[in-house]
Amino acid sequence: MNIELQLKVQDLNARYVQAIDDNKLEAWPDFFTEDGRYRVTTAENFERGLPLGLIYATSRAMLRDRVRSLRDANVYEAQRYRHIIASPLVTPDEGRGARAQTGFLVARVMHTGETTLFASGRYEDHVVFDDGAARFAEKLVILDSRLIDTLLAIPL
Amino acid sequence: MEATAHRWPEEGLTRVPYWVYSDRALYEEEQARIFRGPTWNFLCLEAELPGPNSYRRSNLGAMPVVVTRDQDGTLHAFENRCAHRGSLLVLNESGEARDIICVYHNWSYDLTGNLTGVAFRKGLGGKGGMPAQCRPEDHGPRKLRLETLSGLVFGTLSGDAPPLEQYLGPEIVARIRRVLRAPVKLLGGYSQTLPSNWKLYMENVKDTYHASLLHTFFTTFRLNRLSQKGGIVVSDCGGHHVSYSLAADTGGKEYEQAGMRAAQEGFGLEAPQLLEAVDEFGDGIGLQILSVFPTFVLQQTRNSLAVRRLVPQGLDQTELVWTCFGFTTDDDDMTERRLRQANLIGPAGYISMEDGAAPGFVQRAVTTAPDLLSVVEMGGASVASDDNRVTEAAVRGFWKAYRGYVGL
Repeated sequence: MNIELQLKVQDLNARYVQAIDDNKLEAWPDFFTEDGRYRVTTAENFERGLPLGLIYATSRAMLRDRVRSLRDANVYEAQRYRHIIASPLVTPDEGRGARAQTGFLVARVMHTGETTLFASGRYEDHVVFDDGAARFAEKLVILDSRLIDTLLAIPL
Repeated sequence: MEATAHRWPEEGLTRVPYWVYSDRALYEEEQARIFRGPTWNFLCLEAELPGPNSYRRSNLGAMPVVVTRDQDGTLHAFENRCAHRGSLLVLNESGEARDIICVYHNWSYDLTGNLTGVAFRKGLGGKGGMPAQCRPEDHGPRKLRLETLSGLVFGTLSGDAPPLEQYLGPEIVARIRRVLRAPVKLLGGYSQTLPSNWKLYMENVKDTYHASLLHTFFTTFRLNRLSQKGGIVVSDCGGHHVSYSLAADTGGKEYEQAGMRAAQEGFGLEAPQLLEAVDEFGDGIGLQILSVFPTFVLQQTRNSLAVRRLVPQGLDQTELVWTCFGFTTDDDDMTERRLRQANLIGPAGYISMEDGAAPGFVQRAVTTAPDLLSVVEMGGASVASDDNRVTEAAVRGFWKAYRGYVGL
């Protein structure tokens, strides 16, 4: 195991979920490369080779648009997430960076205080190092369940 | 037989009493008179039963159903319930099988739902078994009549349902055929659990009035401003509708002048390729939302195509099942376009995420107001087709059909 690589990926993961959970959504796109890809899908779709995403972004610009829409256009009840993430399984990627698989649970807490286990799944990530800074060239969020409770507003 | 002790308000279709969303007896009547009654219910796409000896679970309202394609390619559907003790027959969502074996006591069925085998029917070693005159076949799973239209599979339990095309009417049939112009290629699916009665979602789909007011993204990017040309078709029975609009923006300034929340000048997309679209149907219509009573939706949002169906799960919970698709004739660019535009729809959809929550907002507010009424008078009292979409005609149409089926 490459311990330094392992720690860098864990650090990236921790900062990523912290940005979302702390409502610093404007920082979320910066975790990706300029043409980074972010997709949310279900295990069922993934296992069948079906390409549909609940969210399907192919650039940092698309992610910025999503943040702006969430801040200025979309209507949804005030809510926050709490991610709990597993240690990533990291495989060095020849050439650059690493592949990482990371399990996660996300609790959603509504403004009423109602708290539910909103999502469980895994991240399948391609991490690259731009000037030493770790970023996602691709993040695939694979939800274990095909059921979404009400809506998916804040990204996972 | 009365559906409920309640009576519909004397104003008729311009009022909806809130007890419709919270009356337990009415919910059960709906299951019997609508979902198991003379209606056609969307079960699945033909493309979801890809080969012979395949099966897929679905629902007739809350009733679990199995849809099969037999070895000759013929489709069948029957209740997912064993003739013996009533167990579910099929536990997996889908798969391939030449016959269906109940896990509980191994009773076996063919793909039409006929009972073909009873384990130990003649006993064992001369003891036990079933009396010769006993005919469990008479208590078998109820079989559905099936009809398909453009690759959509509809089913009914009722011998009184008219042929599907007659049930739909020519305007609805034409607009289904318009969208389903080629063999379907599945892109994927997902479900939303809506915290509301099923009828609140169907009203939301038929409500052309809310589209640009609740969904700011829609309006701001000029995807469906009410000032754009379009219209609404309501079927004669009231239960089905089509709402459509042309893709071109007429450039109206009504919203900016009215100062409504929806209009935010200068809110441009950094990545406008999200909305890059082609006129694949060749008629300039960029948006078509079509619904069939009771719980089917066919959506064309530019090049994002989907079917939706509802599974009632009690008075205040409903599963909304989405299946997105393209065509086998799509090239890679078209598929990519459909996937990009799918950001607009579904539970995370830029223009549809609110529809997951809005029915729940109503459910939460009206459960303690069962004897009070909602007011449905946009567009007057009409249930007629119109060339303007600032109307609730399709919502009133839904209630017209609903009241007929449940006897209110």
